[in-house]
Amino acid sequence: MTGRTAPPADRDQARLFPPAMLAALVFFASVPLWIRGVGLYEYIGVEIMIWATYALAYNLTLGQTGLPSFGHGAYFGVGAYAFGLAQHGIAENLWLCLLVAVAAAALAGAAVAAFISHRRGIYFAFMTIAFGQVFWFVAVKWHSVTGGEDGLLKIRRLPVDLGVAAFDVSGNEAFYWLVFAAFALVATGLWRLVNSPFGRVLRAIKQNEARASFVGYDVWLYKFTAFTLSAGLSGFAGALFAQAQQSAFPDVMSLHWSGIVVMMVLVGGGLVSFWGPVVGVAVYFVSRDVIGAATTTWMLWFGLMFMALVLFQPEGIAGAWRHWLARARARLAAAGR
Amino acid sequence: MALFEAHRLHKRFGRRVVLEDISLAFADGRISGIMGPNGAGKTTCFNVLTGRYAPDRGRVVLDGRDIAGKKPHEIARLGVSRSFQMMNLFDEYTARENVAMALPAMRGRGFQMARAAAGIGEIRDAADAALERVGLAGRGDAIAKALSYGERRALEIGVALAAAPRILFLDEPTSGLGTEATARLAELIRRLKGSLAMVLIEHDMRFLFELADEVSVIHWGQVIARGTPDELRRNPWVQRSNLGKLA
Ligand SMILES: Nc1ncnc2c1ncn2[C@@H]1O[C@H](COP(=O)(O)OP(=O)(O)OP(=O)(O)O)[C@@H](O)[C@H]1O
Ligand SMILES: [Mg+2]
Repeated sequence: MTGRTAPPADRDQARLFPPAMLAALVFFASVPLWIRGVGLYEYIGVEIMIWATYALAYNLTLGQTGLPSFGHGAYFGVGAYAFGLAQHGIAENLWLCLLVAVAAAALAGAAVAAFISHRRGIYFAFMTIAFGQVFWFVAVKWHSVTGGEDGLLKIRRLPVDLGVAAFDVSGNEAFYWLVFAAFALVATGLWRLVNSPFGRVLRAIKQNEARASFVGYDVWLYKFTAFTLSAGLSGFAGALFAQAQQSAFPDVMSLHWSGIVVMMVLVGGGLVSFWGPVVGVAVYFVSRDVIGAATTTWMLWFGLMFMALVLFQPEGIAGAWRHWLARARARLAAAGR
Repeated sequence: MALFEAHRLHKRFGRRVVLEDISLAFADGRISGIMGPNGAGKTTCFNVLTGRYAPDRGRVVLDGRDIAGKKPHEIARLGVSRSFQMMNLFDEYTARENVAMALPAMRGRGFQMARAAAGIGEIRDAADAALERVGLAGRGDAIAKALSYGERRALEIGVALAAAPRILFLDEPTSGLGTEATARLAELIRRLKGSLAMVLIEHDMRFLFELADEVSVIHWGQVIARGTPDELRRNPWVQRSNLGKLA
């Protein structure tokens, strides 16, 4: 900086822990203290943390780079299976198995990205769906490896071995701390990434791909890299999910579940806000449990909410919040005068 | 040999031949003009020279190197910059972020992931300098789509210039500008003259003839006349065309 004061947005972007990040981390760290008090339970916290990690990773393609990937479940699923297979076939070591999961998902993502990074818009979307279906189909049919529809069972929650001490995370409360730490790591990492020069280029590509290439950026390579990173981190979330469920099933790789993560991200406001995906995931799971307790057709209500948002508030909850804040600020300023 | 040369370019879309046999040369430090009626192939010519389309035949030579068929980002990195006939900006970015994207320093850091872009003072300062050059000092924090038409035109040129090009292609830079903004643009181009090669597509002949060292007239995908503004004023085609009366 050169002595001038930066505008607030710049200031937040330059920080690793801006207020919103601190608030999110403190909030989620406090979940075990009150979750039972509000009539919920630890496992929903586990689900929210895992899916929030997944949704943030996914939004690197959709929200940040503007790439409509509708088959992201594939990479989440590859991570889940790879984690289980590594645990059964290589060694029962958390770090190693996570590494295998991330590498496998990133590799799958890179293979797909190599075929589709010259595309955009609807063509890009169709190809992600097609490739996603291929991965799902393989997971269903390759019974000897994945267990097919029966799933890959007996996946253990591996102890967290920090060298000096090892923690057992087989209980839901202990496991929550592991997935919270994973979320915190991915959220801070991605926050830095999306505000780095690399992230700036991604958002430039989202706004105007032609302009980005004419000022000298190899758009193909940036799309490829963003997609691969996103797939790898989705696989990381998938590995946590396999542990949470203690099994891996093909359904998370289906078009249906790939669509649900898109819906979560859009509902939350991932197109306009870094935190949108997290909000969307929390709203999804809490409404599943709260509305779901009252009616078995809760997905219908969630779907209606999604449609209402798309129609009236396409920038999602985060967008609505932002508009509300801006209006409140304007009112305050008017009253102060 | 001139800094940038096009030899016998040929380009067709389907069966429609748009560039027939175009040869052009742009010398370093000089201002070249291109004029011609609507649909003559002027923008297509820019698109071939800057890599949007590969020519079907012919060579594009920058500094002795054949660059025909290279990708836009590769050509841009060799020092070729352009603005667009249709406004072409990063609409959600601020004016400062727009010019920052084009800075060679930013380009070189494109794969840095672990550092905040907003904290890089060098880029911020260079971006502010680029804005100042096109008369947008103090507008750095404004979102591009909220700028006025004239400011957006200026920002486009700011982006093109921020890349520190050796040659700059401007496609109808005065279109939609009022007299005052046009005069400011002429002033800017005059100021830049000598430090880089510039090529202007223009319908405004008064503007073009005042600035250009040499003008080529393109019609039906061919160069039908070429010369200094004075020579062209005596050219029968220019005299016959509506545009000629203005000059
Ligand atoms: N991508 C394309 N595909 C097919 N035809 C094209 C394409 N680009 C340009 N053309 C055609 O090539 C011809 C020349 O267009 P071009 O835009 O180069 O003209 P121009 O000289 O820039 O005209 P103007 O003064 O109106 O900007 C037009 O007939 C146009 O329709
Ligand atoms: Mg044109």
